[in-house]
Amino acid sequence: MSDKKEGLFSKSNIKLVTNPFNDDNPVTVQVLGICSALAVTVQMKNAFVMALSVTVVVAFGNVIISLLRNLIPNRIRIIVQLVVAAALVICVDQVLKAYAYDVSKQLSVFVGLIITNCILMGRFEAFALGNKPWPSFLDGLGNGLGYGIILMIVAFFRELLGSGKLFGIELIGSSVEKTGAYASGYVNNGFMLLAPMALIIVGLIIWVQRGINKKLIEKN
Amino acid sequence: MFEYFNIFLKSMFIENMVFAYFLGMCSYLAISKKVSSALGLGIAVTFVQVMTVPLNYLMYEYILKPGALQWLDPTMAELDLSFLTFILFIASVATIVQLVEMIVEKFSPSLYNTLGIFLPLIAVNCAILGGSLFMQQRVDSGTYANFGHVLTFAFSSGIGWAIAIVLLAAIREKMEYSNVLPPLRGLGITFITTGLMAIGFMSFGGVDLNAFNKKPQPKVDEVPVTTVTPEIVPVVDSLQVVVDSVKVDSNQVVK
Repeated sequence: MSDKKEGLFSKSNIKLVTNPFNDDNPVTVQVLGICSALAVTVQMKNAFVMALSVTVVVAFGNVIISLLRNLIPNRIRIIVQLVVAAALVICVDQVLKAYAYDVSKQLSVFVGLIITNCILMGRFEAFALGNKPWPSFLDGLGNGLGYGIILMIVAFFRELLGSGKLFGIELIGSSVEKTGAYASGYVNNGFMLLAPMALIIVGLIIWVQRGINKKLIEKN
Repeated sequence: MFEYFNIFLKSMFIENMVFAYFLGMCSYLAISKKVSSALGLGIAVTFVQVMTVPLNYLMYEYILKPGALQWLDPTMAELDLSFLTFILFIASVATIVQLVEMIVEKFSPSLYNTLGIFLPLIAVNCAILGGSLFMQQRVDSGTYANFGHVLTFAFSSGIGWAIAIVLLAAIREKMEYSNVLPPLRGLGITFITTGLMAIGFMSFGGVDLNAFNKKPQPKVDEVPVTTVTPEIVPVVDSLQVVVDSVKVDSNQVVK
Protein backbone atom coordinates (compact mmCIF):
# COMPACT_ATOMS: atom_id res chain seq x y z
CA MET A 1 0.00 0.00 0.00
CA SER A 2 2.47 2.62 1.17
CA ASP A 3 4.97 2.69 -1.60
CA LYS A 4 7.47 5.51 -1.32
CA LYS A 5 6.38 6.85 -4.70
CA GLU A 6 2.70 6.32 -4.93
CA GLY A 7 1.30 6.73 -8.43
CA LEU A 8 -1.22 9.45 -9.10
CA PHE A 9 -3.86 6.87 -9.88
CA SER A 10 -2.84 4.08 -7.55
CA LYS A 11 -5.41 1.65 -6.21
CA SER A 12 -5.95 3.47 -2.92
CA ASN A 13 -6.38 6.77 -4.73
CA ILE A 14 -8.95 5.32 -7.12
CA LYS A 15 -10.79 3.93 -4.13
CA LEU A 16 -11.09 7.45 -2.73
CA VAL A 17 -13.14 8.41 -5.77
CA THR A 18 -15.23 5.28 -6.14
CA ASN A 19 -16.00 4.54 -2.47
CA PRO A 20 -18.47 7.39 -2.03
CA PHE A 21 -20.60 6.03 -4.87
CA ASN A 22 -21.87 3.15 -2.79
CA ASP A 23 -20.26 2.01 0.48
CA ASP A 24 -19.49 5.47 1.75
CA ASN A 25 -22.13 7.58 0.05
CA PRO A 26 -22.34 11.03 1.63
CA VAL A 27 -26.14 11.23 1.49
CA THR A 28 -27.41 7.74 2.16
CA VAL A 29 -24.65 6.40 4.43
CA GLN A 30 -22.88 9.33 6.07
CA VAL A 31 -26.13 11.36 6.29
CA LEU A 32 -24.49 14.58 5.13
CA GLY A 33 -25.70 17.33 2.86
CA ILE A 34 -29.33 16.32 2.91
CA CYS A 35 -30.84 19.79 3.05
CA SER A 36 -29.91 20.73 -0.49
CA ALA A 37 -30.23 17.19 -1.83
CA LEU A 38 -33.94 17.37 -1.17
CA ALA A 39 -34.70 20.96 -2.03
CA VAL A 40 -33.22 21.29 -5.51
CA THR A 41 -34.42 18.02 -7.01
CA VAL A 42 -37.66 19.17 -8.62
CA GLN A 43 -35.87 19.42 -11.99
CA MET A 44 -32.89 17.48 -13.25
CA LYS A 45 -31.28 20.61 -14.65
CA ASN A 46 -31.20 22.31 -11.27
CA ALA A 47 -30.00 19.13 -9.59
CA PHE A 48 -27.20 18.81 -12.14
CA VAL A 49 -26.01 22.39 -11.64
CA MET A 50 -26.19 21.97 -7.88
CA ALA A 51 -24.24 18.70 -7.97
CA LEU A 52 -21.58 20.31 -10.15
CA SER A 53 -21.28 23.33 -7.85
CA VAL A 54 -20.96 21.18 -4.74
CA THR A 55 -18.36 18.95 -6.42
CA VAL A 56 -16.26 21.96 -7.41
CA VAL A 57 -16.49 23.51 -3.95
CA VAL A 58 -15.71 20.29 -2.07
CA ALA A 59 -12.80 19.32 -4.35
CA PHE A 60 -11.07 22.71 -4.31
CA GLY A 61 -11.95 23.40 -0.69
CA ASN A 62 -10.34 20.10 0.22
CA VAL A 63 -7.20 21.10 -1.68
CA ILE A 64 -7.00 24.50 0.04
CA ILE A 65 -7.60 23.09 3.52
CA SER A 66 -5.09 20.35 2.84
CA LEU A 67 -2.45 22.89 1.79
CA LEU A 68 -3.14 24.93 4.93
CA ARG A 69 -3.46 21.94 7.24
CA ASN A 70 -0.20 22.56 9.10
CA LEU A 71 -0.85 26.29 9.48
CA ILE A 72 -4.38 26.25 10.90
CA PRO A 73 -4.48 26.47 14.71
CA ASN A 74 -6.72 23.74 16.01
CA ARG A 75 -9.00 26.00 18.04
CA ILE A 76 -10.15 28.19 15.18
CA ARG A 77 -10.25 25.60 12.45
CA ILE A 78 -14.03 25.70 12.05
CA ILE A 79 -14.04 29.39 11.27
CA VAL A 80 -11.14 28.94 8.82
CA GLN A 81 -13.04 26.15 7.11
CA LEU A 82 -16.16 28.30 6.90
CA VAL A 83 -14.23 31.19 5.38
CA VAL A 84 -12.62 28.95 2.74
CA ALA A 85 -16.02 27.46 1.93
CA ALA A 86 -17.68 30.85 1.79
CA ALA A 87 -15.02 32.26 -0.53
CA LEU A 88 -15.40 29.34 -2.95
CA VAL A 89 -19.18 29.52 -2.82
CA ILE A 90 -19.09 33.23 -3.63
CA CYS A 91 -17.04 32.40 -6.75
CA VAL A 92 -19.50 29.69 -7.78
CA ASP A 93 -22.44 31.99 -7.11
CA GLN A 94 -20.99 34.77 -9.23
CA VAL A 95 -20.25 32.35 -12.09
CA LEU A 96 -23.78 30.98 -11.94
CA LYS A 97 -25.27 34.46 -11.91
CA ALA A 98 -23.21 35.35 -14.97
CA TYR A 99 -23.69 32.23 -17.11
CA ALA A 100 -26.80 30.45 -15.81
CA TYR A 101 -28.97 33.20 -14.42
CA ASP A 102 -32.29 31.28 -14.59
CA VAL A 103 -30.94 28.29 -12.73
CA SER A 104 -29.29 30.54 -10.16
CA LYS A 105 -32.64 32.28 -9.58
CA GLN A 106 -34.38 28.93 -9.14
CA LEU A 107 -31.78 27.60 -6.74
CA SER A 108 -32.20 30.86 -4.78
CA VAL A 109 -30.79 30.51 -1.27
CA PHE A 110 -29.53 27.00 -1.81
CA VAL A 111 -26.39 28.15 -3.60
CA GLY A 112 -25.49 30.10 -0.48
CA LEU A 113 -26.34 27.14 1.66
CA ILE A 114 -23.54 25.11 0.08
CA ILE A 115 -21.41 26.85 2.74
CA THR A 116 -23.17 25.01 5.51
CA ASN A 117 -23.56 21.83 3.50
CA CYS A 118 -22.43 19.20 5.94
CA ILE A 119 -20.48 17.33 3.24
CA LEU A 120 -18.06 20.25 3.11
CA MET A 121 -17.38 20.43 6.83
CA GLY A 122 -17.42 16.66 7.10
CA ARG A 123 -14.76 16.15 4.42
CA PHE A 124 -12.64 19.10 5.60
CA GLU A 125 -12.62 17.74 9.15
CA ALA A 126 -12.36 14.07 8.42
CA PHE A 127 -10.04 14.00 5.43
CA ALA A 128 -8.41 17.22 4.28
CA LEU A 129 -6.97 18.13 7.69
CA GLY A 130 -4.93 14.94 7.72
CA ASN A 131 -4.00 14.23 4.11
CA LYS A 132 -1.95 15.56 1.23
CA PRO A 133 -3.54 17.79 -1.43
CA TRP A 134 -3.86 15.22 -4.24
CA PRO A 135 -5.69 12.51 -2.23
CA SER A 136 -7.82 15.28 -0.72
CA PHE A 137 -8.76 16.48 -4.17
CA LEU A 138 -9.78 12.96 -5.20
CA ASP A 139 -11.72 12.50 -1.99
CA GLY A 140 -13.59 15.75 -2.57
CA LEU A 141 -14.27 14.77 -6.17
CA GLY A 142 -15.58 11.35 -5.13
CA ASN A 143 -17.84 12.73 -2.44
CA GLY A 144 -19.17 15.45 -4.70
CA LEU A 145 -19.98 12.88 -7.37
CA GLY A 146 -21.51 10.47 -4.86
CA TYR A 147 -23.74 13.30 -3.71
CA GLY A 148 -24.50 14.14 -7.33
CA ILE A 149 -25.60 10.59 -8.12
CA ILE A 150 -28.22 10.59 -5.37
CA LEU A 151 -29.36 14.04 -6.48
CA MET A 152 -29.78 12.88 -10.06
CA ILE A 153 -31.70 9.73 -9.06
CA VAL A 154 -34.11 11.70 -6.88
CA ALA A 155 -34.53 14.38 -9.54
CA PHE A 156 -35.08 11.74 -12.24
CA PHE A 157 -38.11 10.29 -10.48
CA ARG A 158 -39.48 13.61 -9.33
CA GLU A 159 -39.26 15.28 -12.72
CA LEU A 160 -40.40 12.26 -14.73
CA LEU A 161 -43.41 11.44 -12.57
CA GLY A 162 -44.17 14.98 -11.49
CA SER A 163 -44.03 16.85 -14.77
CA GLY A 164 -43.39 14.20 -17.42
CA LYS A 165 -40.05 15.71 -18.45
CA LEU A 166 -36.36 15.00 -18.20
CA PHE A 167 -33.96 17.95 -18.36
CA GLY A 168 -36.99 19.98 -19.49
CA ILE A 169 -37.60 17.75 -22.55
CA GLU A 170 -41.15 16.44 -22.76
CA LEU A 171 -40.80 12.69 -23.04
CA ILE A 172 -44.37 11.48 -23.04
CA GLY A 173 -46.10 14.28 -24.88
CA SER A 174 -47.18 17.74 -23.87
CA SER A 175 -49.55 17.99 -20.93
CA VAL A 176 -50.85 21.36 -22.15
CA GLU A 177 -51.74 20.30 -25.68
CA LYS A 178 -52.79 16.80 -24.65
CA THR A 179 -50.55 14.88 -27.01
CA GLY A 180 -48.81 11.55 -26.57
CA ALA A 181 -49.71 9.68 -23.39
CA TYR A 182 -51.79 12.60 -22.15
CA ALA A 183 -54.23 12.08 -25.03
CA SER A 184 -55.21 8.72 -23.57
CA GLY A 185 -55.81 10.15 -20.12
CA TYR A 186 -52.40 10.05 -18.38
CA VAL A 187 -52.08 12.66 -15.64
CA ASN A 188 -48.93 13.97 -13.99
CA ASN A 189 -48.55 13.24 -10.31
CA GLY A 190 -48.28 16.80 -9.03
CA PHE A 191 -47.58 15.54 -5.54
CA MET A 192 -44.09 14.51 -6.71
CA LEU A 193 -43.18 18.17 -7.02
CA LEU A 194 -44.00 18.90 -3.37
CA ALA A 195 -41.59 18.64 -0.48
CA PRO A 196 -42.74 15.41 1.22
CA MET A 197 -42.14 13.19 -1.80
CA ALA A 198 -38.45 14.12 -1.89
CA LEU A 199 -38.05 12.72 1.61
CA ILE A 200 -39.97 9.58 0.80
CA ILE A 201 -37.98 8.96 -2.42
CA VAL A 202 -34.69 9.27 -0.53
CA GLY A 203 -36.09 6.83 2.02
CA LEU A 204 -36.89 4.38 -0.74
CA ILE A 205 -33.44 4.80 -2.31
CA ILE A 206 -31.89 3.95 1.05
CA TRP A 207 -34.13 0.90 1.24
CA VAL A 208 -33.05 -0.34 -2.18
CA GLN A 209 -29.36 0.38 -1.54
CA ARG A 210 -29.34 -1.41 1.80
CA GLY A 211 -31.35 -4.26 0.38
CA ILE A 212 -28.55 -4.86 -2.13
CA ASN A 213 -25.62 -3.92 0.09
CA LYS A 214 -26.37 -5.84 3.30
CA LYS A 215 -23.39 -4.60 5.30
CA LEU A 216 -24.87 -1.11 5.49
CA ILE A 217 -27.88 -2.26 7.53
CA GLU A 218 -28.07 -0.55 10.93
CA LYS A 219 -28.25 -2.59 14.10
CA ASN A 220 -31.24 -1.29 16.04
CA MET B 1 -50.35 44.26 14.55
CA PHE B 2 -51.84 41.29 12.74
CA GLU B 3 -48.98 41.22 10.28
CA TYR B 4 -46.69 40.12 13.12
CA PHE B 5 -49.15 37.40 14.02
CA ASN B 6 -49.30 36.34 10.37
CA ILE B 7 -45.52 36.17 10.03
CA PHE B 8 -45.40 34.24 13.29
CA LEU B 9 -47.87 31.57 12.18
CA LYS B 10 -46.57 31.44 8.63
CA SER B 11 -42.91 30.85 9.44
CA MET B 12 -43.73 28.47 12.28
CA PHE B 13 -46.17 26.14 10.52
CA ILE B 14 -46.80 26.89 6.86
CA GLU B 15 -43.23 27.58 5.83
CA ASN B 16 -41.69 25.33 8.44
CA MET B 17 -37.89 25.26 8.06
CA VAL B 18 -37.74 21.48 8.06
CA PHE B 19 -40.86 20.42 6.23
CA ALA B 20 -41.07 23.08 3.55
CA TYR B 21 -37.40 23.89 2.91
CA PHE B 22 -35.45 20.92 4.35
CA LEU B 23 -33.14 23.22 6.27
CA GLY B 24 -31.05 21.89 9.12
CA MET B 25 -31.70 18.32 8.01
CA CYS B 26 -28.31 16.93 9.04
CA SER B 27 -28.62 17.64 12.74
CA TYR B 28 -32.36 17.05 12.50
CA LEU B 29 -31.76 13.43 11.52
CA ALA B 30 -28.69 12.88 13.66
CA ILE B 31 -29.90 14.22 17.03
CA SER B 32 -33.51 13.09 17.04
CA LYS B 33 -33.13 9.77 18.81
CA LYS B 34 -34.14 11.13 22.23
CA VAL B 35 -36.69 13.78 23.10
CA SER B 36 -34.49 15.38 25.77
CA SER B 37 -31.53 16.04 23.50
CA ALA B 38 -33.84 17.06 20.65
CA LEU B 39 -35.42 19.64 22.94
CA GLY B 40 -31.97 20.94 23.94
CA LEU B 41 -30.92 21.35 20.32
CA GLY B 42 -34.25 22.94 19.42
CA ILE B 43 -33.88 25.56 22.14
CA ALA B 44 -30.28 26.23 21.15
CA VAL B 45 -31.27 26.73 17.50
CA THR B 46 -34.08 29.10 18.44
CA PHE B 47 -31.70 31.04 20.67
CA VAL B 48 -29.02 31.42 18.01
CA GLN B 49 -31.61 32.18 15.32
CA VAL B 50 -33.02 35.05 17.39
CA MET B 51 -29.50 36.46 17.82
CA THR B 52 -28.17 36.09 14.30
CA VAL B 53 -31.04 36.89 11.95
CA PRO B 54 -31.68 40.41 13.35
CA LEU B 55 -27.93 41.07 13.46
CA ASN B 56 -27.60 39.99 9.85
CA TYR B 57 -30.60 42.15 8.99
CA LEU B 58 -28.84 45.20 10.40
CA MET B 59 -25.64 44.29 8.54
CA TYR B 60 -27.53 43.83 5.31
CA GLU B 61 -29.50 47.02 5.72
CA TYR B 62 -26.57 49.28 6.67
CA ILE B 63 -23.54 47.69 4.99
CA LEU B 64 -24.29 45.22 2.23
CA LYS B 65 -27.36 46.42 0.36
CA PRO B 66 -26.78 48.39 -2.85
CA GLY B 67 -26.44 51.97 -1.67
CA ALA B 68 -26.56 50.98 1.98
CA LEU B 69 -23.38 52.82 2.89
CA GLN B 70 -25.00 56.16 2.13
CA TRP B 71 -25.24 56.92 5.84
CA LEU B 72 -21.45 56.93 5.98
CA ASP B 73 -20.78 59.21 3.07
CA PRO B 74 -22.98 60.42 0.20
CA THR B 75 -20.32 59.43 -2.34
CA MET B 76 -20.76 55.77 -1.38
CA ALA B 77 -24.38 55.72 -2.53
CA GLU B 78 -23.52 53.68 -5.60
CA LEU B 79 -21.47 51.07 -3.80
CA ASP B 80 -22.91 47.55 -3.98
CA LEU B 81 -21.33 45.11 -1.54
CA SER B 82 -24.01 42.45 -1.81
CA PHE B 83 -21.54 39.90 -3.17
CA LEU B 84 -20.01 39.80 0.30
CA THR B 85 -23.31 38.62 1.81
CA PHE B 86 -22.39 34.98 2.29
CA ILE B 87 -19.03 35.55 3.91
CA LEU B 88 -20.29 38.24 6.30
CA PHE B 89 -23.38 36.26 7.26
CA ILE B 90 -21.45 33.08 8.00
CA ALA B 91 -18.80 35.05 9.89
CA SER B 92 -21.44 36.65 12.09
CA VAL B 93 -23.11 33.28 12.66
CA ALA B 94 -19.85 31.63 13.66
CA THR B 95 -18.92 34.54 15.93
CA ILE B 96 -22.29 34.64 17.66
CA VAL B 97 -22.22 30.90 18.22
CA GLN B 98 -18.76 31.15 19.76
CA LEU B 99 -19.83 34.10 21.92
CA VAL B 100 -23.01 32.43 23.07
CA GLU B 101 -21.05 29.34 24.00
CA MET B 102 -18.57 31.35 26.08
CA ILE B 103 -21.26 33.44 27.78
CA VAL B 104 -23.43 30.46 28.62
CA GLU B 105 -20.44 28.55 29.96
CA LYS B 106 -19.50 31.48 32.21
CA PHE B 107 -22.88 32.45 33.59
CA SER B 108 -25.01 29.33 33.54
CA PRO B 109 -23.10 26.08 33.84
CA SER B 110 -26.31 24.07 34.12
CA LEU B 111 -27.63 25.47 30.84
CA TYR B 112 -24.19 24.87 29.34
CA ASN B 113 -24.40 21.23 30.29
CA THR B 114 -27.65 20.87 28.39
CA LEU B 115 -26.87 23.07 25.39
CA GLY B 116 -23.08 23.00 25.38
CA ILE B 117 -22.47 20.01 23.18
CA PHE B 118 -24.94 21.27 20.57
CA LEU B 119 -23.65 24.79 20.23
CA PRO B 120 -20.63 24.10 17.97
CA LEU B 121 -22.92 22.05 15.72
CA ILE B 122 -25.18 25.02 15.21
CA ALA B 123 -22.55 27.06 13.39
CA VAL B 124 -22.92 24.70 10.47
CA ASN B 125 -26.65 24.17 10.79
CA CYS B 126 -28.24 25.18 7.50
CA ALA B 127 -31.33 26.42 9.32
CA ILE B 128 -29.35 29.32 10.80
CA LEU B 129 -27.67 30.52 7.61
CA GLY B 130 -30.80 29.63 5.67
CA GLY B 131 -32.88 31.81 7.97
CA SER B 132 -30.57 34.75 7.31
CA LEU B 133 -30.62 34.15 3.54
CA PHE B 134 -34.41 33.89 3.45
CA MET B 135 -34.55 37.08 5.48
CA GLN B 136 -32.34 38.81 2.89
CA GLN B 137 -34.50 37.53 0.04
CA ARG B 138 -37.72 38.65 1.70
CA VAL B 139 -36.34 42.05 2.65
CA ASP B 140 -35.43 42.51 -1.02
CA SER B 141 -38.91 41.54 -2.13
CA GLY B 142 -40.49 43.78 0.51
CA THR B 143 -42.20 41.04 2.53
CA TYR B 144 -40.41 42.08 5.70
CA ALA B 145 -40.36 45.82 6.00
CA ASN B 146 -38.88 46.50 9.43
CA PHE B 147 -36.86 45.15 12.31
CA GLY B 148 -39.91 43.82 14.10
CA HIS B 149 -40.91 41.63 11.17
CA VAL B 150 -37.43 40.15 10.99
CA LEU B 151 -37.34 39.51 14.73
CA THR B 152 -40.71 37.77 14.59
CA PHE B 153 -39.55 35.64 11.66
CA ALA B 154 -36.35 34.67 13.48
CA PHE B 155 -38.15 33.62 16.64
CA SER B 156 -40.97 31.71 15.01
CA SER B 157 -38.82 29.89 12.47
CA GLY B 158 -36.57 28.73 15.30
CA ILE B 159 -39.58 27.53 17.29
CA GLY B 160 -40.91 25.79 14.18
CA TRP B 161 -37.62 23.91 13.81
CA ALA B 162 -37.69 22.96 17.49
CA ILE B 163 -41.26 21.66 17.20
CA ALA B 164 -40.29 19.57 14.19
CA ILE B 165 -37.29 17.91 15.83
CA VAL B 166 -39.11 17.22 19.11
CA LEU B 167 -42.00 15.62 17.23
CA LEU B 168 -39.67 13.41 15.22
CA ALA B 169 -37.75 12.40 18.36
CA ALA B 170 -41.00 11.41 20.04
CA ILE B 171 -41.95 9.24 17.06
CA ARG B 172 -38.51 7.65 16.95
CA GLU B 173 -38.62 6.80 20.65
CA LYS B 174 -41.86 4.92 20.05
CA MET B 175 -40.47 3.30 16.92
CA GLU B 176 -37.78 1.53 18.94
CA TYR B 177 -40.38 -1.06 19.79
CA SER B 178 -41.61 -1.72 16.29
CA ASN B 179 -40.21 -4.30 13.93
CA VAL B 180 -38.99 -2.36 10.90
CA LEU B 181 -37.67 -4.13 7.81
CA PRO B 182 -33.89 -4.51 8.22
CA PRO B 183 -32.85 -2.39 5.19
CA LEU B 184 -35.14 0.43 6.31
CA ARG B 185 -33.97 0.46 9.93
CA GLY B 186 -32.50 3.69 11.20
CA LEU B 187 -32.10 6.21 8.43
CA GLY B 188 -34.56 4.89 5.85
CA ILE B 189 -37.63 4.79 8.06
CA THR B 190 -36.69 8.17 9.55
CA PHE B 191 -36.77 9.73 6.09
CA ILE B 192 -40.16 8.22 5.34
CA THR B 193 -41.52 9.30 8.74
CA THR B 194 -40.33 12.84 8.07
CA GLY B 195 -42.02 12.72 4.67
CA LEU B 196 -45.31 11.70 6.26
CA MET B 197 -44.94 14.44 8.88
CA ALA B 198 -44.35 16.93 6.07
CA ILE B 199 -47.61 15.80 4.45
CA GLY B 200 -49.31 16.48 7.76
CA PHE B 201 -47.77 19.93 8.00
CA MET B 202 -48.96 20.73 4.47
CA SER B 203 -52.47 20.95 5.88
CA PHE B 204 -51.44 24.19 7.60
CA GLY B 205 -51.25 25.64 4.10
CA GLY B 206 -55.03 25.94 4.19
CA VAL B 207 -54.99 28.32 7.15
CA ASP B 208 -56.58 31.65 6.22
CA LEU B 209 -53.98 34.07 7.52
CA ASN B 210 -55.98 37.18 6.76
CA ALA B 211 -59.07 36.00 8.62
CA PHE B 212 -58.43 38.42 11.49
CA ASN B 213 -57.38 41.15 9.21
CA LYS B 214 -60.54 41.30 7.13
CA LYS B 215 -62.86 44.22 7.48
CA PRO B 216 -66.39 43.12 8.31
CA GLN B 217 -68.13 42.99 4.94
CA PRO B 218 -71.78 43.75 4.34
CA LYS B 219 -73.71 40.53 4.23
CA VAL B 220 -74.68 39.73 0.66
CA ASP B 221 -78.25 38.91 1.66
CA GLU B 222 -78.86 42.31 3.14
CA VAL B 223 -77.69 44.29 0.16
CA PRO B 224 -80.85 43.93 -1.98
CA VAL B 225 -83.09 44.80 0.98
CA THR B 226 -81.50 48.18 1.50
CA THR B 227 -81.32 48.97 -2.19
CA VAL B 228 -84.73 47.87 -3.35
CA THR B 229 -85.78 50.34 -6.03
CA PRO B 230 -88.22 50.21 -8.95
CA GLU B 231 -85.41 49.36 -11.33
CA ILE B 232 -84.71 45.72 -10.61
CA VAL B 233 -82.09 44.88 -13.20
CA PRO B 234 -79.31 47.18 -11.93
CA VAL B 235 -79.75 45.86 -8.42
CA VAL B 236 -79.00 42.35 -9.58
CA ASP B 237 -75.93 43.68 -11.33
CA SER B 238 -74.62 45.42 -8.24
CA LEU B 239 -75.30 42.32 -6.21
CA GLN B 240 -73.28 40.35 -8.73
CA VAL B 241 -70.48 42.87 -8.38
CA VAL B 242 -70.52 42.47 -4.62
CA VAL B 243 -70.40 38.70 -4.91
CA ASP B 244 -67.57 38.93 -7.43
CA SER B 245 -65.53 41.25 -5.27
CA VAL B 246 -65.97 38.89 -2.34
CA LYS B 247 -64.78 36.01 -4.50
CA VAL B 248 -61.75 37.89 -5.71
CA ASP B 249 -60.90 38.87 -2.18
CA SER B 250 -61.11 35.33 -0.87
CA ASN B 251 -58.85 34.15 -3.69
CA GLN B 252 -56.22 36.66 -2.75
CA VAL B 253 -56.48 35.59 0.84
CA VAL B 254 -55.76 31.98 0.05
CA LYS B 255 -52.52 32.91 -1.62
